[in-house]
Amino acid sequence: MTEFATISPKRMALRRFLSHKAAVASCVLLAIMVLAVILSPFTARYGVNESVRKPPNTYLPPQKLAWFGTDDIGRDLYSRLIYGIRVSLIIGLFTAVISTVVGCIIGAVAGFRGGRFDDIVMRVTDLFLAFPFLVALLVIRNTIGNIGWLTVIIGDKSSARFIVFLLSLFGWMGVARIVRGQVLALKEREFIEAARAVGATRRYIVRRHLLPNSIGPIMVALSFAVVGAITAESTLAFFGYGPQAGQGATSLGILVGEAKGAVQTGFWWIAVFPCFSLVLISLAINFIGDALRDATDPRLDRGE
Amino acid sequence: MSELVLSIRDLRVTFETPLGPLEAVRGVDLDVHAGEMMGVVGESGSGKSVTFLAAMGLLPHQAKVSGSVMLNGQEMIGASSKVLRNMRGGLMSMIFQDPLSALNPVHRVGDQIVEMLHAHQPKMSDKDAAKRAVELLDVVGIPQAAERAHQYPHEFSGGMRQRVVIAIAIANNPKVLIADEPTTALDVTVQAQILEVIERVQKTFGTAVVLITHDLGVIARVADRVNVMYAGRNIEKGGIDSLFDHPSHPYTRGLLASLPHEGAERLTPITGFPPNMLMPPPGCGFAPRCSHATDACLASLPSLRTFGDLETACIRAEELVVKAGLS
Amino acid sequence: MSQPLLQVENLVKNFELRANSGIRKTKRIVQAVSDVSFSVDKGQTLGIVGESGSGKTTVGRCILQLLDITSGTISFEGKTLGGLSFEEMRQIRRKMQIVFQDPFASLDPKMTVGSSIAEPLVVQGVAGNHEDKVASLLELVGLAADHAKRFPHEFSGGQRQRVGIARALALDPALIVLDEPVSALDVSIQAGVVNLFGDLQKRLGMSYVFIAHDLSVVRHIADRVAVMYLGKIVEIGDKKSIYEHPTHPYTKALLSAVPVPNPTTERSRSRIMLEGDVPSPVNPPTGCRFRTRCWKATELCASSEPQLVVRPTGQLSACHFPE
Repeated sequence: MTEFATISPKRMALRRFLSHKAAVASCVLLAIMVLAVILSPFTARYGVNESVRKPPNTYLPPQKLAWFGTDDIGRDLYSRLIYGIRVSLIIGLFTAVISTVVGCIIGAVAGFRGGRFDDIVMRVTDLFLAFPFLVALLVIRNTIGNIGWLTVIIGDKSSARFIVFLLSLFGWMGVARIVRGQVLALKEREFIEAARAVGATRRYIVRRHLLPNSIGPIMVALSFAVVGAITAESTLAFFGYGPQAGQGATSLGILVGEAKGAVQTGFWWIAVFPCFSLVLISLAINFIGDALRDATDPRLDRGE
Repeated sequence: MSELVLSIRDLRVTFETPLGPLEAVRGVDLDVHAGEMMGVVGESGSGKSVTFLAAMGLLPHQAKVSGSVMLNGQEMIGASSKVLRNMRGGLMSMIFQDPLSALNPVHRVGDQIVEMLHAHQPKMSDKDAAKRAVELLDVVGIPQAAERAHQYPHEFSGGMRQRVVIAIAIANNPKVLIADEPTTALDVTVQAQILEVIERVQKTFGTAVVLITHDLGVIARVADRVNVMYAGRNIEKGGIDSLFDHPSHPYTRGLLASLPHEGAERLTPITGFPPNMLMPPPGCGFAPRCSHATDACLASLPSLRTFGDLETACIRAEELVVKAGLS
Repeated sequence: MSQPLLQVENLVKNFELRANSGIRKTKRIVQAVSDVSFSVDKGQTLGIVGESGSGKTTVGRCILQLLDITSGTISFEGKTLGGLSFEEMRQIRRKMQIVFQDPFASLDPKMTVGSSIAEPLVVQGVAGNHEDKVASLLELVGLAADHAKRFPHEFSGGQRQRVGIARALALDPALIVLDEPVSALDVSIQAGVVNLFGDLQKRLGMSYVFIAHDLSVVRHIADRVAVMYLGKIVEIGDKKSIYEHPTHPYTKALLSAVPVPNPTTERSRSRIMLEGDVPSPVNPPTGCRFRTRCWKATELCASSEPQLVVRPTGQLSACHFPE
């Protein structure tokens, strides 16, 4: 018997997580970013579509008036970046949460029931995975996006809500696979059999045993889903889908898209700041995801 | 007594863990003579496996090893990697509990023996090596050795695999074969076969065998001498008949008494638990569980001393014999 | 004498090996348990011994309906299991429980030990605060009541096994299947746990089905013993007859193979060495399944499967040429 105070597995995992310095730094960075974004009325210096001052104000390089410079119609890039990141983070978060929840349910049920049911579900998953992403997006956008009554739920096809729907539709497969794999591994463990021996229902076992023991991989999947969603949103915006710049909306993707022109024109700040932000966010979340994976490694649950 | 092939003196192994230093081995002295079967008995935490992993130089860099391991007159602790490589598989071999993970699943069994032969006898021709591989498979009792040498590990059963592992280990006629729980994962009828193979190897080639196990029955069956380990030290040594007949250390006695035997109404367990090697007790490692422990026992680490025809690390060995009227 | 607590008749359990999710048409069937029958009375302990491939673990799982049986009948307290609804089975599950071999894997690492012990009560909908019951169970198995708040990784193997036992006792079952409960424990710890089983049985009167490969432990704790080989019971009877006058060659070989911790005895024993390995349960030998390793085997053994027959010493064994 050890003389240590009771340490729950959660606390052990937290300790292991905190020992990954890159991940901790990433958490701090993201926290600052999120804070800046939430407090956008205070942190942004101008409105989204507000021009900096009277002309000439187009394509100004970074200076005191506009920290990150201005764009083609004189809007402060720094403020737009804050609003843009806000939109992207929201889209990313919602998408990740929805696809993770959906993926969890599908993966857990498929893994636990096994047999033909599992086979069918996995083939469906493969089907979704095999679809060329952008083509499918286009098709769905132009078909389902035009069905009037559906737009009430999923949003107009140019709205952020629609983007979330679209990305979730193609984002759950990775999580489903991970959760299914975890469930398959856990299914045969004796503590599951013990629960069955006492008369526990399938639902109880999934809820009480399988999911808590899968939290590790699920959290990891969640963090990578966020990155995936943000990057996907940026890709979509780059191609001109989603919230349109013309309507005054902005997102990280749109800002990155505007970087297209900057390469030739030499207005480097148009490209550097949005792309750098995207990279920073992705890296940070990746570090966190990696640290989560190490921290929740189930092999470490067997004791020091 | 025949010549000394392996001599371990004051071996200490400490692992650095996030929770502090873990003293797995705390001063082990051991002698193995040519051609003898030495049984090393201990339970989890006794340090029995770590001792011999250290002797083979198979511990990770983080492990701090000190002391002396003399194999055939050559010091192994701190030796260069060249010396260690020559030793492993050449002068001394080690086999482990799980034969499946010891064999490479994508190579044929015969090839794996040849690989071992070439590692230490590079001048041997392929033809001779192949022939020798088949001979070795035959020696360990694999039927139709010539054909089966071309098979893959998964085509063999557990017992057969362990025989293959033994064949690889003895390929270069080592002076010492260390067998770490070689039969623990096997069925009892297969265990009997494998013990017989090991015995046969010992008698035929004069190989000294160190048999590490927790099973006293196995020791009783094949060992010549026994070394009992507890909490990182050896606490009793001696010839097999003497040890079983009149064990001098309370742990050995407790171990023997806790085994199921005829007519026993209740078994006699050893109360308590093995010590936490992160914080080993200052005195005798067994004292916290020993019903005969005195303050002196708890205070300082006893060393091995001669006691009749045994060696014991119990300071009260004489008193306890008289006290209990034990033979 | 009232009916036996547990009655197993002609139990057959086959496993299908799924090859490549249906691409290959060849299905291989593992005959894990082939026509096994036995009974267990109240307060009795039946030991089932066998090596790998014998099917003894599968039998244990079948009794508890953790596996669907292929054919045969299992009756508990006179009621036939199998074909019962989930709810009916759940009622019966209160009375039969299981303790597993691996103390590490049998407890959910994310749940406190107290929660694991209380789980049977929670699942069965037993009302009230379970803290007291958990505390008394912990003390019953030799642990302290305040251990309930701790997590499995804080305990040693032997202690975890005791927790598993406490959990099995939570519903006051009449039958406990013990699946190699001490195999994974250190020798000096085994004795304590084995004693615990004996004490609990004396106190609470439940029956045990003790599945093990360690013959000496089974000898200590069982009243009757069944010896299994490749899915069949080859010998079954009371402990004394089996250990002192084994009539089946396999039983003899098994007893001979078990090392005894006494060098003098070991040296003077004549040992029976079996050749070869246990055949695969996918393709068991025709006739007597043991014939491929038996020194007495003749053509009769290949063509005709021996049935369990009563021997003069009281037990039943299935052999054409019993000892």
